[in-house]
This record gives sequence, structure tokens and C-alpha cells, in this order.
Amino acid sequence: MDKQIRIALAGNPNSGKTTLFNKLTGSNQFVGNWPGVTVEKKEGRLIVDKEVILTDLPGIYSLSPYTLEEVVARNYLIEEKPDAILNIVDATNLERNLYLTTQLTELGIPVVIALNMMDLVRKAGDSINVKELSRQLGCKIVEISALKGDGVKEAALAAIEAAKSGKTIPQHRFSGPVEHALAHIEEVTVHKLPEEQQRWYAIKVFEHDEKVLESLNIPADVRAHIEQDIAAAEKELDDDAESIITNERYVYIGQTLKGIYKKKGKGQLSVSDKIDKIVTNRILALPIFAAVMFLVYALSMGSSIADGGIAIGTFLTDWTNDVLGGAWLTDGSRAILEAWGAAPWLVGLISDGILAGVGAVLGFVPQMLVLFLMLCLLEDCGYMARIAFIMDRIFRRFGLSGKSFIPMLVGTGCGIPGVMASRTIENERDRRMTVMTTTFIPCGAKMPIIGLIAGALFGGSTWIATSAYFIGIAAIVISGIMLKKTKMFAGDPAPFVMELPAYHLPAWSNVLRGTWERGWSFIKRAGTVIVVSSIVIWFLTSFGSVNGKFGMVDDLYEDDTVVTDEYVAAVAGRMGIPEDEVEPMDDSILARVAQPVSVVFKPLGFGDWKPTAATVTGLVAKEEVVANFGIMYAYDDQDGAEELEENGDQIWGRVAEDFNAFSGGHGRLAAFTFMIFNLLCAPCFAAIGAIKREMNSRKWTWFAIGYQCCFAWVTAFIVWQIGRLFAGGMNVAGLILAVAMLALIVWQLFKPYKEAQMLTVK
Amino acid sequence: MKTLRDAKVGETVRVVKLHGEGAVKRRIMDMGITRGVEIFVRKLAPLGDPVEVNVRDYELSLRKADAEMIEVE
Repeated sequence: MDKQIRIALAGNPNSGKTTLFNKLTGSNQFVGNWPGVTVEKKEGRLIVDKEVILTDLPGIYSLSPYTLEEVVARNYLIEEKPDAILNIVDATNLERNLYLTTQLTELGIPVVIALNMMDLVRKAGDSINVKELSRQLGCKIVEISALKGDGVKEAALAAIEAAKSGKTIPQHRFSGPVEHALAHIEEVTVHKLPEEQQRWYAIKVFEHDEKVLESLNIPADVRAHIEQDIAAAEKELDDDAESIITNERYVYIGQTLKGIYKKKGKGQLSVSDKIDKIVTNRILALPIFAAVMFLVYALSMGSSIADGGIAIGTFLTDWTNDVLGGAWLTDGSRAILEAWGAAPWLVGLISDGILAGVGAVLGFVPQMLVLFLMLCLLEDCGYMARIAFIMDRIFRRFGLSGKSFIPMLVGTGCGIPGVMASRTIENERDRRMTVMTTTFIPCGAKMPIIGLIAGALFGGSTWIATSAYFIGIAAIVISGIMLKKTKMFAGDPAPFVMELPAYHLPAWSNVLRGTWERGWSFIKRAGTVIVVSSIVIWFLTSFGSVNGKFGMVDDLYEDDTVVTDEYVAAVAGRMGIPEDEVEPMDDSILARVAQPVSVVFKPLGFGDWKPTAATVTGLVAKEEVVANFGIMYAYDDQDGAEELEENGDQIWGRVAEDFNAFSGGHGRLAAFTFMIFNLLCAPCFAAIGAIKREMNSRKWTWFAIGYQCCFAWVTAFIVWQIGRLFAGGMNVAGLILAVAMLALIVWQLFKPYKEAQMLTVK
Repeated sequence: MKTLRDAKVGETVRVVKLHGEGAVKRRIMDMGITRGVEIFVRKLAPLGDPVEVNVRDYELSLRKADAEMIEVE
């Protein structure tokens, strides 16, 4: 054949579509996104015929213009016109599944039905007259079991056959008044369109489908004419046009199935019902939910097996970080490069810059794979929908979904898998909101910052750590409420009408594939961001101009002719530190740049180059903040023999002294605002990479990062300015501004707000 | 007028009419809640909202605010 055959796989969510797709295409898959949206697009080549491309449409219930998935699916079907549709239908849920089928058959594309889970129907003692159903619907039906692989090949061959020569004529006729209006619409508006698509368009015009009306651009007089017919039908059938169509489809299905679908007994509880009776029981649901969440967390990110915990994820990550990343990758590459006689700057770039950065990302991979494995399990067995059911009441107030709980919980360990865990949220708006706010939760790498501040200035008070979590949660709640009222989030409706699928044993091939897909996409996307950013930060901290000479600062400081005593004195003066504490890093580009940049942080109370530089390097990894404090406050691990503690215990005294000095005696307040800013501002580059991946849009990524930084700045500003009202040294202008900002936030929080009804997708 | 919101857990009701319009109404109808269909109210979520119902032989959850749009008898 000269023309490539394209088949679309369509069906309800939870109908076994993913399983069937995997069975049909095997490993010949390419994963991407539908253009411009965050809905995943999967395509693959059929195993039975490599020339045939199978496109996996999003799981949908209907072809309405109201959800992103449905719009994506119908745009593809109408505009790309695949040669055939393979419609997977769940036989245990026939009525609702056939509702989509009635719509698919109207598109003018041959439809083949893959009737899934017939084995379960028979097991329950029910029967379906497949032959008669096929005749009534006007399309071929192949019985399959996607899970076992039965009939899958036959379904594929039937779809190819239909693509080559098949034709599906919609059998369903609406009631008299509707058909009358449809005939009229076909005659006056859609006759120029391809013949086989005319009926679909006519029905959409009848439904007042805004997207179709927009694309057809019907002249006003014609429109008015049609409206008369529609109004007549609406009057006669006492309902609005859209509801008439939906209603009649279901009525038609009900009539068709009479005599075809025989049920043995009604009312007995299935195994799934019995499980659900316990799992979402009013009293037991929350404890069970807590236990499941604890298990997910404890297995993936809790304390390592090596430390007596049960977290296999942490164990593997520690190993990767310490042995693979730390020893083999960094030290090993250094040894090899030095043996080859590579230039010192090249060794530094590759070992300390690229490989250390990549190693940091790799370290997360085992933890994330374990986590994703469990999330895929929860999703595949049907519990994920129950989580949304249980938590919806709390989260919807903040413009989030019940499923946002998981990203936030995971975010306490690490923000990257937290952001990626948001992928289970169907609603795009809820998902974006979750992605934007997840990193507000203090992650594991931010704990040392909290420890340093608490230890250095607050006598180790545990209230600081508590307040950090409180601030994180408050930031999510406040941002959620404020953002959902903004233009960026307005416009999309958030109906929470969700199917609670029957529980079933997870299909391992699906779970493993899903886990791997997420893990790999992380390695790929975040990996590239990390490599570039590591190089940049490495360059900024390693290079600089020393006494008029540019080069690697470490090398230049070896040279006594460059670093003269007078020069050291000058640097000490510029930095405001004693001469014996002058470090090569003081001349790095980062230090030079941090000095002027620190002006940005002056209104927050920590406008000094050291906290500024630490904040900037925190973008590479938040652990770097404390590590850099160590370097800048001249903790010398060569003389001290022991390494700097994670919380930086050894430099607490000097940090406190310095914070008190540059903040005019308000060291505690300045340290607190420093902590707030670092907790809330843009996350590390790896997390930004994850945000970019999940947002699938440059604009949204920048919006998220920009919002986080602004929110962090404003919060720290308010705390610093209002704090000084009580601590003394109040700045009148600053205070007024802070109160104004606070008022603006409060206003945005309590501004009335109405949920939108329409979806806006270009 | 009695709505699905007023129906008690364990009750089976029949849909009389759907009020409102737009996305939420269409979505509810797409999921099979249409005129004349029987709905069995299975349970309330632990926090009191949303509700879980059985319609056309499968389980569906919807918020009370949306359930209010569904007139039943």
C-alpha cells in the first residue's frame, strides 16, 4: 500500500485501553504530548502490521466541548481523519461505554468495537448477544480480553480491514423533531463539508456546540433560521437541545440492549463493592488512607533500610549518591582525567561541574522509581480515584484536587517526584495549580537550611522547623485561593463528576511500563537542565578576576605575585572580613555578582553578599546553601579534621554574629526572613526541570517560577518590615508598603469568585 | 422539589429533571444521569462530601453542590 494506515484507539477511562494499547504495540511506542496541552499522546506501530500507526486517544466518556481530553480527541478525529477507530468497550459497563460509541459512529470513520472483559460478564452469569449488538450498532465487534491478550490480534486485523474498505453508517435515529431540525441544518449549513462528516456537524450545531459554531461561522440569518427549528424541538421535548441529544442516546442504548444483554441477578455485591465498603467506609476511610500514605512514603523516601527503616528507595539513593555518584563518578573521573593529563579546568568542569550535577540527579532516580512504582500501583488498582473522593472536600477550596495530597506528601521528601506525581490529576487546571505549589512544602534538602537558622540564631528551637512546615502549607493555601481567581486560572470549569472504577489486581506490565516512562522522562528532561545549570554555576564559582587577572580563582590565589598582601587587604575591606579569612571564592564571579544583587534582598533584611550567594547557589540544589555558608564562613575542613555537619553546627557562632552585624542587630528576624525566602522561592534546577516537563509550556514554567519568587519576596518583605515594628528600627515607607501588600493579598483572598462553566482551549 | 442532595444514603431515587446548564450539566448527563434513570445513593465521603452513587451499574462520585442540580423522586 502506498498510503500509511492510521488507526485511533478510543474508549472510556478504566476500560482497559492502556492495556490493549500496550498489547497491540508492544515496545514500538512513542510518547509525547498533544500540541499545546499537557495531555499525554501515545502512538505506536501495530505488532501484527508494522506499517500501521495506532494513536492512543485520551480516555474519554463523550465528545463534548467541555474537557480538554475530549476536545483533543475529537479535534484529532475530525481534523486528522484516521482511517479507522478501534473502540474499546468495557462489557461490564455496557451502557455508559456504548454512549461514546454512538458518538464515534457518527464521525464518518469506520468503527470496530473491541469488547473487553467479556470473561467477567460470563463469570457473573450474564450474557450479551454480540452478533445482534453488532447488527444493531452497524459495526464489527471482536471479543477480547486485553489483560490476557485473547482476541487482541483479531481486533487489530479487523480494524485494519475496516480501515481499508469498511464503512460505518450510524444506525441511531433521534426522535422526529430532532431529525427534522438535523435535516434542515444539514441542508443549509454543512452541505459543503465532507459528506460523511455532515451528520456529526449537524448534531453539534443542534447542540449549540460553541467550538463547532465558531469553526463553521454560520451567517446570522441562516443561524436564526436554524434556531427556529431547534427551538421548536426544544419546546416539543421540554428540554434544552444539548440535553435532548444526550438523553436520546441513552434511551436508544437502553432499548437496544433490551433482549441483547441478559442479567442473571441484580443487587448482589461484587468483590470490588465489598472492598470498597471497607476502604471508603466513613470511619475507616481516613485511617486506611493515612496508613496507605505512610506506607508509600516509608517505602520510598522514609529512613533507609540501612538505618532500620523500610525505605528501599532511600537505601538505593544513598548508595547511588555515596558510592556511584560520589566515589565512582566524581572521584573516579577525576583520577582518570588527571592520569590523562587533562587541564585542571577541564577536570574541574567535568568532575565537579557536570558529573557532580548529573550524579545529584541520578541519586534521585532509585527513590523516584520506587515511588512511581507505588503510585502506578495505586492508580492501576483503583485506589487513586478513592483518594480524590476522600480528600476532595479539603483541597477543592484551594483550587486543588483531592489527588493533590500525594504530590504534597511526596514533596516533603523531594519536590521533583512531588511535581511529577501531579500527573495523576486529570483536570489540567488542578494539575497546574498543584505543580506550582508543591515545592512550597519544605523538602528534605531544605531541612539543613532550617537547621542552620534554628541552631545559629534560635538556640535550636524546634519551633523554627514547625513554623517552616506551617509557612509551606499556608503558602499553598493562600496561593491556591489567590491564583484560582486570576486570569491564568479562570475560565476552565472544574466539574468533579468522577467514576470510581472497580478495584482489580494491577496489571504488572502496565505498572512497570508506567513507572519506567515517568522515570525515564525525568532522567531525560531534568538531566539536560541540570547539566547546563551545573556548568553555569561551576563557572561562576570557579572563575573570577583576581587583581586584574582573569582565570580560575583557585589557581590565581596560588600565585603570590598576583595575590599580594595589599590585594588581600583590599579584598578584606571590600568584603568586610578579616584579612586571614579571605578566600579564593571571594573573587569569583558569583561573589562579585552577588554583591550588587544583594540589593534585592536589602528590603528583606539579608542584603549581604553571603546570604545572597548562598541563595543563588541554592538553585543548583538546596543542600548547597549550607555547604556554601560553610565555605563563606571559612570553615576549614582540612584543619578541623572533621567535615562540616549537615546543619553547619561549627559555623553557627559566626553566622549569628554576621547576621546580627549586617542587619543592625536584628539577626534573628533577618535569619528568619532568609529562611522564608529560601523555602518559598524557585526550587532547585532539577525541580524546575520537572515543572517544565509537567507544564509542557515555557509560558507556564516562567509563570510558576516567577510567581514563586515574587511570593517568597513579598512574604519575606512583609515579615521583615512588620517584624521591625515590634523589634525596633521601623522603616515607615517599608511598613506602609508591607501593609499595602498584605491588604492586597487579603483582598484577593476574600474577593468573591464564581466558578466558570466553559472551557477555553485554543 | 427534592434533589439528589436530599436523598439519604441507601435510598434509590429516580431522576425527574436536570437543572442548570453548561459544562457541569453536560458532564453529569454524559456519565449517564439522564431523565428516568435510577440512582442508588451508596455513601458519603468521610468528610461529608462528595457522595458516591450507583448509576447504570457503575460507581460515580459527585459533589453535593452538583447533586443539587438533579431533581429526583
